[in-house]
Amino acid sequence: MIKIQDLTKNFGPKTAVNGISFTVERGEVLGFLGPNGAGKSTTMRMVTGFIPPTSGRIQTGEYDMLAQPIQAKRLIGYLPENAPLYSDMTVHGFLSFAAEARGLRGGERQKAVARAIELCFLERVVHQSIDTLSKGYRHRACFAQAIIHDPPILIMDEPTDGLDPNQKFEMRSLIRRMGEKKTIIFSTHILEEVDAACTRAIVIDHGRIVANGTPAELKRQAEGAGTVLIRVAGLTAAALRQTLDPLAAARKTAIVEETPGGVCARVFPQTKDSDGALARALFEIAVKSSWKLEELHTEEGRLDEVFRAITLSDTAKEGRQ
Amino acid sequence: MNSFGNILTIAKRELNGYFASPVAYVFIVIFLLLIGFFTFMVGGFFDRGEASLVSFFMWHPWLYLFLVPAVGMRLWSEERRQGTIELLLTMPITAWQAIVGKFLAAWAILALSLLLTLPIVLTVRYLGSPDMGAIFCGYVGSLLLAGACLSISSMTSAMSRNQVVSFIVSVVACLSLILAGWPPVTKMLEQWASPWLVEAVAAFSVMTHFDAFQRGVLDSKDFIFFVLVMAFSLFTTSVIIRGHRAG
Repeated sequence: MIKIQDLTKNFGPKTAVNGISFTVERGEVLGFLGPNGAGKSTTMRMVTGFIPPTSGRIQTGEYDMLAQPIQAKRLIGYLPENAPLYSDMTVHGFLSFAAEARGLRGGERQKAVARAIELCFLERVVHQSIDTLSKGYRHRACFAQAIIHDPPILIMDEPTDGLDPNQKFEMRSLIRRMGEKKTIIFSTHILEEVDAACTRAIVIDHGRIVANGTPAELKRQAEGAGTVLIRVAGLTAAALRQTLDPLAAARKTAIVEETPGGVCARVFPQTKDSDGALARALFEIAVKSSWKLEELHTEEGRLDEVFRAITLSDTAKEGRQ
Repeated sequence: MNSFGNILTIAKRELNGYFASPVAYVFIVIFLLLIGFFTFMVGGFFDRGEASLVSFFMWHPWLYLFLVPAVGMRLWSEERRQGTIELLLTMPITAWQAIVGKFLAAWAILALSLLLTLPIVLTVRYLGSPDMGAIFCGYVGSLLLAGACLSISSMTSAMSRNQVVSFIVSVVACLSLILAGWPPVTKMLEQWASPWLVEAVAAFSVMTHFDAFQRGVLDSKDFIFFVLVMAFSLFTTSVIIRGHRAG
């Protein structure tokens, strides 16, 4: 649905986006991750046709954004950063304008406005002037504008920024629901959002893609991914170590805590893609030795670890040069 | 049809914005108050003892000089300050349609204020028998002059997201167009510039063209002059906006 090729943007001597390529298909929700100033917003602004790229190609649906901008823009709904709105209008007036600008007229327009108001829970503020709205409502009004023409592509720049936890939850479930039928790209620097809403994530740093994969794939790259946490009651650390040291699947065992009641340890696997083999081996040992097992689980790896590892190492490299 | 529809959509939104905020009302009231004051108290409408609107139209350039930039300064700087330009230009609307739509909406406000001065025409009709053709020409000229000043404001408004800067630059630009043919200015130029340059500068004076309309002469030359000023300024607006986006 969206195909980006070698997208580059220079602002004077500074390169904001440097040769980015990716594709997003229908039914995918792509999370755009990266530290502040990594080039997320610039990329989205180019994809939506707000700023022209220095070089590269943007294909939306069957249209080229540079050659046929009007047709390409029709397919896209866009929620810019900070949800800009015409503050002198009422919510209803603003949405009517958005619908009309998208080519909806008459009854079609009214239906679209009503649908957007319902989907975004704006009934209470329909006739209120936009500059009197709270931040949550402002965000929703701008989101309503983005979906008013039921676009096949939805692009959102930090859609949950500045919302309270309930609103964030609402927004994420809305994104997930819409993602079943649409192509969605959204940027964020909140990592739990990637887990909650994305089918795929791209990490960019200094204008380049540094990672591209499903959230699970990304998490597997984490330092702690694949380790098994085990807690046994009525056992000493030394006894645990003695039993586990000969185990072939384990690389090493680190004691997390030892109390008079028992012991908790982290077991590192020999290979990262053990697919739960280590946990199974530990379980067998526990059964054989009749341990009072209290806890046993394989760590998934944490996204923030991966994120820091990828982006910090790059920043450090840049700093040294 | 489609592009006309888009222009209309933009213009409607703008008008909506003008009347939702005090801008339109303040402008219309101030314009009418000032034009009344200057026509009757300063211009000596009654003392002239003639059935003409000379004392009315002669103030228009000077009022437009300050009032039109006040309307036009928000055209694009407000859009950039609020970030709504990002919404506007990612909709399936060309920048050109947006520029024309916004311009026409603001021009409509100016036209409305001008329309509300009609009682003064009725007054003249009641008191004597004025040359209605000349009065009609005067209104046409005044509307075109307002449009020219507005298009310049649109251009300066696109330059800066600061409305004060855009206002001041616009006033100075309009003033230089008004003063271009003024004798002190041409005299100053004559001291160092070649005669053809002096004449070229004087030809850019909106006053000579505006005066032609006041005399009741509807010359295509004057008409084309104002249309060209508007076309050029709006085109420059589009170049400036494209420049911002290109970074």
